[in-house]
Amino acid sequence: MREKTHIPSRVPPNSLGIKSLLGTEFLEKKQIEQILKYSFLFKDLLDSGKPVPQTLSGKTVILLFFEPSTRTRSSFELAAKRLGGNTLALSKEGSSTEKGETLIDTAKTVQAMNPDLLVLRHPSAGSPFHLDQTLDLPVINAGDGFHEHPTQALLDLMTIQQFKGKIEGLKVLIVGDIAHSRVARSNIYALQKMGAEVSVCGPPTLLPPKVEQMGVEVHYGLNKAVRDKDVIMTLRIQFERLNPGQSPSRGEYSKFYGISESVLKAAKSDVLIMHPGPVNRGVEISPDVADGSRSVILNQVGNGVIVRMAVLHLLTGGELPKGLV
Amino acid sequence: MSADLVIRRARIFDPSQNLDLVGDILIENGKIQALGNQITVPPGKTIPELDAQGWLVTPGWIDIHTHLREPGQTHKETIKTGTEAAAAGGFTSIACMANTKPVNDSSFITTYIQQKVAADSLINVYPIGAITKGLEGQELAEIGSMWEAGIVAISDDGKTVMNSYLMRKALDYSKRFHLPVVCHAEDAHLKGRGVMNEGFNSARFGLRGIPKASEEIIVARDILLTELTGARLHVAHVSTAGSVALIREAKRRGIQITAEVTPHHLTLTDEVVGTYDTNTKVAPPLREPQDIEAVTEALADGTIDALASDHAPHSVEDKEVEYDHAEFGMVGLETAFPLYYRIALKKGVSLKRIISAMTQKPAEIIGIPKGTLNLGADADITIFDPEMKYRIDKKEFRSKSKNTPFDGWDVQGKVRYTIVAGKVIYSEAPRGHR
Repeated sequence: MREKTHIPSRVPPNSLGIKSLLGTEFLEKKQIEQILKYSFLFKDLLDSGKPVPQTLSGKTVILLFFEPSTRTRSSFELAAKRLGGNTLALSKEGSSTEKGETLIDTAKTVQAMNPDLLVLRHPSAGSPFHLDQTLDLPVINAGDGFHEHPTQALLDLMTIQQFKGKIEGLKVLIVGDIAHSRVARSNIYALQKMGAEVSVCGPPTLLPPKVEQMGVEVHYGLNKAVRDKDVIMTLRIQFERLNPGQSPSRGEYSKFYGISESVLKAAKSDVLIMHPGPVNRGVEISPDVADGSRSVILNQVGNGVIVRMAVLHLLTGGELPKGLV
Repeated sequence: MSADLVIRRARIFDPSQNLDLVGDILIENGKIQALGNQITVPPGKTIPELDAQGWLVTPGWIDIHTHLREPGQTHKETIKTGTEAAAAGGFTSIACMANTKPVNDSSFITTYIQQKVAADSLINVYPIGAITKGLEGQELAEIGSMWEAGIVAISDDGKTVMNSYLMRKALDYSKRFHLPVVCHAEDAHLKGRGVMNEGFNSARFGLRGIPKASEEIIVARDILLTELTGARLHVAHVSTAGSVALIREAKRRGIQITAEVTPHHLTLTDEVVGTYDTNTKVAPPLREPQDIEAVTEALADGTIDALASDHAPHSVEDKEVEYDHAEFGMVGLETAFPLYYRIALKKGVSLKRIISAMTQKPAEIIGIPKGTLNLGADADITIFDPEMKYRIDKKEFRSKSKNTPFDGWDVQGKVRYTIVAGKVIYSEAPRGHR
C-alpha cells in the first residue's frame, strides 16, 4: 500500500533513487548511509574552510510552511544558500482550507512558479504525500502532523555517528510525548534500520497505542529506562497542544519525565543527551543537563544544516566534482 | 407505473421462499402473478418478454442505509442522482438517513422528501426520521408525526445520542409506533478528533485514532437500554469483533436487536489509510483483519442480519483536503453488490445468506412488504449476471459524488436489470439480448 512513488521524467534522476523524502519509514539502510556519507563530506569541507560546490546554483527551493517554525525553516534556507540555490519562503497559518484555497491548489500555484524542489511543513499527517502525488517535483517532508520529520532523524543519526563513531548496536532511549511526536517516529524507523535498539519512555497517556509493535521497548518509569542507554533523546512537550487528561501539570510531568542530573546518576557516564529543540528548560530537561558536557543539542542544530544540504543536493540530482566523492 | 412482463429461463433465487429454480416469472399489473416452468401468457394479451438465461433473478435489493443529501447539500447528491445510482446498483428500495439540511426531524421535511421522491425517483425511497431535533441530542424529535408521514425508522445516524437518558426515552417512545431505533455507535468523547482506527497503523501513520471501544461502549449501552425498554434496536455499520460478540450475546438473550455491515467494513482494513487517500476516511473507521473476519463470520451465521452501503456522497472540495480535514464517508450504492458478491465468492458466505441480507432481512428490519417474489407481491426484481467480470470505474457513476476507495478494483457480478413494479427502470444488457 505504501509503495514508492514513481519518478516523473521532469525530475532529474538522482543517486538516491527516490523522488521525494516523505519519511524514514520509506528509506532503505543504504539510502540513509548515502545521505550520511554526503553529510560528513559537506561537514569536512565546511570544517576545513574549503569552498562548497554550488550544486544548487540556478535552482529554486520553495519552503512552504503551514506551521510556525524558525529553526527548521532557517536551517533549510541556509542549507540551500550554502549550495548556491535560491529560496522562497511561503508561510501560511493554519489549514489552507480555512483560507478557501486547498493545499493542492496552493501547491499547484507554487509549481507554476517552476521551482526545483518543495519543502513542506504541515500540521496534518499525510499532506506531503498528497503533494508528492500531485506535483512533478521532489518534495521534502519537513514535518507532517504527528507523522514524520525525516531530516530531523537524519541529523540525529549524523550527530550520534559523530560522537559515538557508530550507530549499530547502540541503545537509544526516546523520552516524552511520543504520541504527538513526528521526531520520535522518524527516529524509531531510522535508528532501527541502522541497527540501533530503540526504547521509548513517557506517560502512558502520551504513548501511541500499540507502539511496542514498532519493535521498541516501552517504559513508563524513567529511572529504569535510562540505565545502560548510550543515547537519551528527550522531546519537546507542548502542553498547549495536549488535551486535558493527557498530563495533569507541567510540574508533575517534569517530576516523572524530566531529564535531570539526579536521573542521569543511573545512566552510563558517557551517555549522549539530545533534544530536537526548542528546549523547555526545566520541563523536559533541566538547564544543567541541557548545558552540560554530555549534551550535543547545539551540535544537532549545526548538523541540521549539513544534513539538509546533503538531502537537497541528492534530491536535485546534483553532482559533485570528481575526486570529492 | 405498474406494468406487465415475462422473465424467461432465469435462475430464480428467493431466500424468503427458499427458492432456487430455473423458470419463468409472470408479472401482471406490477405484481408477481406466477412463477414456474414455461409459463403461458394469458390469451389475448401481449406481454413483453425478457430472456434472462444464465442470470440470477432475485427480489429487488434493499439498502436501508443511504444518505441522499437532499434537501440542503444537493452539490453532493440529489434524490434524483442518488436514486439513479441506486437503480444502477440494483436497488429497488432504499431508506435515506435524516442528516439532511435541514434535518428530517419533522413531518414537514418527511413530506418534502416524499414529494421529491414522487417527482424524481424511479425506485422506492423510505425516509428515516431523526431521533432528536436537529440531531443535537437534546430533545426528542416529533417522531409520531413523522411516523404518520411515513418514516420507517428513527436514527441520528452520523452522530450518537450521547445522553443515555434521552436514548432510553427514544427507545421507550418508539414502541408506540413499532419503529426500529437505528444506532450510530461512536462515543463522541472517545472518538475525539480521531480520523482512523486506533492501533498500530494509526501510530505508524501519525493520525489520531478512534478506539474500537468507542463503538462497543455504545453498542453495549444500547443493548442494555433495549433490554430495559423492550424496544427494537438496529445497529448500523458494525465494524468490530467486539460489537459482533455483544450483538451475538444479546440475540442469545432474546433482546430485539438486528445489525448491518457495510461493503467497506467487509473488505478494507486500516492499512489502506497509509496512502492518505481521503476516500478511505469513514465513520466508523476501517478496522483490522480480525474485525473483517468477525463481521464476515457474523454475516454468515446471521448475527449480522443485513447488508447496507452507508452511501455517503461528498464533493471533491470535501475530500481533496488534508486527511484530518476531510469529511467522513464514501459512496457505496454503485459498488455495493460486487463487493458483497466477492464475499460469497472468496469467503464462502452462501449466496442465499448474501441475497437474504439484501432483500428479506432489510425488509423485515424496516417493516416494508418487499424483499420477496411471493405471488401477489410487488414485482420489484433485480437481475444480475453472476459471471461477468469488470473493473470499477468511478467516472461511470450516476452518483454526483465519486468518493470511493474502490476505483479500479476488478470485480465479478453485474446488474443487468432493475425492475420496480414490473417496469424496467435500469438495464445494462449486452447487445441483442432483449
